[in-house]
Amino acid sequence: MNLTVNGKAATIAGKDNLDVNALLVELKVEQPDYVTVELNGDILERDNFGQTMVKDGDTVEFLYFMGGGNL
Amino acid sequence: MLTEDQIARYSRHIILKEVGGKGQKKLFDGKVMIIGAGGLGSPIALYLAAAGVGTIGIADADVVDLSNLQRQVIHQTKDVGIAKVLSAKEKMQAINPELTVNTYEEWISAANITDIIKDYDFVIDGTDNFAAKFLINDACVLAGKPYSHGGILQFDGQTITIEPGKSACYRCIFPTPPPKDAIPTCSTAGVIGVLPGVIGTIQATEAIKFLLGKGELLTGRLLTYSALRMRFREVPIKKNGKCPICGDNPTITQVVDELDALNVCDLEK
Repeated sequence: MNLTVNGKAATIAGKDNLDVNALLVELKVEQPDYVTVELNGDILERDNFGQTMVKDGDTVEFLYFMGGGNL
Repeated sequence: MLTEDQIARYSRHIILKEVGGKGQKKLFDGKVMIIGAGGLGSPIALYLAAAGVGTIGIADADVVDLSNLQRQVIHQTKDVGIAKVLSAKEKMQAINPELTVNTYEEWISAANITDIIKDYDFVIDGTDNFAAKFLINDACVLAGKPYSHGGILQFDGQTITIEPGKSACYRCIFPTPPPKDAIPTCSTAGVIGVLPGVIGTIQATEAIKFLLGKGELLTGRLLTYSALRMRFREVPIKKNGKCPICGDNPTITQVVDELDALNVCDLEK
């Protein structure tokens, strides 16, 4: 299936759909415990990652905490 | 009315049709609170002072350290060891002696945040830790106070403007803070010195646009910046019905300190 991941085209070979937890593994997303996932414009609840399916044509954003500034 | 000196000082603003004499007066009557006088706070404070924002608050309990000078451009070598808010105030008033600069030499907490922000029109988050970022979000959302969030790490930055009730807040994206030490901070992971200049200047721009009432604020979209790839991206962010503070059934109804989110930086303080 073909996805748009953080604005870039991504192809996941041999899969028609995946749940979000499996997608995090498939894409080797860093710090999966702390990433926020937005699927087609909606922020997903972490508890629903296992039941939410990502399919061909979907748009996924991985959003990360960024601390910063350094007082 | 603007004086002759003010007309000269702000002439490049005044000739902009979006600003004019009226807009410059709005800036002078405006009150902006900057939380953090570090990497993000430096360009924010310098530009808001230069722009003629009449009342600027700045909060930070830290003192200037030699390792700050690589990016915290409001502080100079001679300032090492003195309070950041006093160092900042000196530079802001050297640029623009007409301003009122209120300094708060303290760390923000649930006990003082509501009082600190209450007299300001717009708040800017220039802090370096998640406890403070969540506290600022909660206090601003509960008070209905618009604010700009900014975050930086290594070569990446992100910023979003929040108009409570109208646009998504920080907790709409990140409902709870990460556990302490889960996410690297600038002091442990590093930051390229120019990065807070880019993000902080965008945050200052948002404050100025808000005071002028011109243009479109950076609401409902998270702007992300990669310095290494030299790319900006916008991620649309909708208000989240499940948001614990601005959703349909909020569970957070007063400001609380997120003690679990205190990180290495805080322990060093």
